Amino acid sequence: MEPAVKETVQKEIDRLANKEVYIHLETTNGAYASHFDESFFSSGAYIRNAKLIYEHGKFTGKGPYRVGLKMNFGWVYAEGITHFEVDETGRLLLAGHDFSGKLAVALQISETPFE
Amino acid sequence: MEKERHVLVIFPHPDDEAFGVSGTISLHIDNGTPVTYACLTLGEMGRNMGNPPFANRETLPKIRRKELEAAAKVLGIQDLRMLGYRDKTVEFEDEELLANRLGTTIGEVNPSLIITFYPGYAVHPDHDATGAAVTRAVKELPADKRPKVHCVAFSNNCEEEIGQADIVNDVSTVADRKIAAIKAHTSQTQLMAANMEESLKNQEPEVMARIYNERFWTYKF
Repeated sequence: MEPAVKETVQKEIDRLANKEVYIHLETTNGAYASHFDESFFSSGAYIRNAKLIYEHGKFTGKGPYRVGLKMNFGWVYAEGITHFEVDETGRLLLAGHDFSGKLAVALQISETPFE
Repeated sequence: MEKERHVLVIFPHPDDEAFGVSGTISLHIDNGTPVTYACLTLGEMGRNMGNPPFANRETLPKIRRKELEAAAKVLGIQDLRMLGYRDKTVEFEDEELLANRLGTTIGEVNPSLIITFYPGYAVHPDHDATGAAVTRAVKELPADKRPKVHCVAFSNNCEEEIGQADIVNDVSTVADRKIAAIKAHTSQTQLMAANMEESLKNQEPEVMARIYNERFWTYKF
C-alpha cells in the first residue's frame, strides 16, 4: 500500500460510484487490547461483502483522511485512512494504520465479492 | 516428557503454535512422534501490515499461509491441515457443527495427546471457542477412548481460577527451532522476534523463563 493521495483516491471513488459494489468495512483495536491494558475498552466492527450502490463519495481531510459514501437510502463512512492501493483486480483498498503500523480501520470497494 | 503415539495440535491462527508450544512440538518430533497441526484460520484479520505496509487485508491470508507452511517445515510437522474458517469469526460458528468438524479430524488422526487452548482462559475469542469445541468433541468420546488434552492458558486471571499449570516442559534444548518457528511468521513477529533474540543473548531471566518453559493445564472431563 502507498500513503493516500487525495486526488487519486477521489478519482477511484468516483470510478466505482453508481454501480453495484461490494464493501468491506472494518474497525479494530486488536483482540488483545484489554488483555494488555485492562482499563482499555475494546471495540470494533466488521462487515464483509455488503452489496450496495453509492451515488456519490468523498475523500477528505488533511491526513489521516475520512471517506464517506452516500447512498440513496443511507451512508457508509470511515475515518483514520492513511494508505491506499488499487490492486490487480481493480479493487480500491483503503486502510488506516496506527503509529506502530498496525491496521486500525479498513474500507474496501470491489465490483466482485471479496473471497 | 512422556512419549506419545501421535500428537494433534488444534489452534485457530497461524503463529499460535509458534509462541506457546513450538518447543514441545519439536521435542515430540525429536522423540519420533508424528505431529499433526490443524489450524482453523489463516489469520485473515491480523493487524500487522509492516511499516511501511508490505501487506493489505486481501494479501495477508496468502502471506500468512506461506508463513504457516514455513513454520511447519522448521518444526518438522508433516501433516498440516488448514480448516478454512475465518479469523475472528470462530466464536460465531454453530458450536455443535464446529465440534463435529473437529471431532472428525480427531477421529482421523486418532491422537494420544491433543494440544489446544484452555476454553475461557485464552484471551482471544477464537482461542476460547477453539478450546471449547475441542473439549466438547473429546467429551463425546467414551471415557476410555479419550486422548489426553493439554491446554494453553494465559489470561490474566488464569492461575487464580484454574491454579498452576500441571505440566511444564523445559524446551531450552530446542530453543533455536522455537525462535525459528516464531520468525517464520515474519509478517506478525518481525519486531518481536528480534527483541526476543536480543533478550536471550543478554540472558534476561524473565524472557528466558517465558521462552524456555512451556506450560500446560491437563483438561479434566
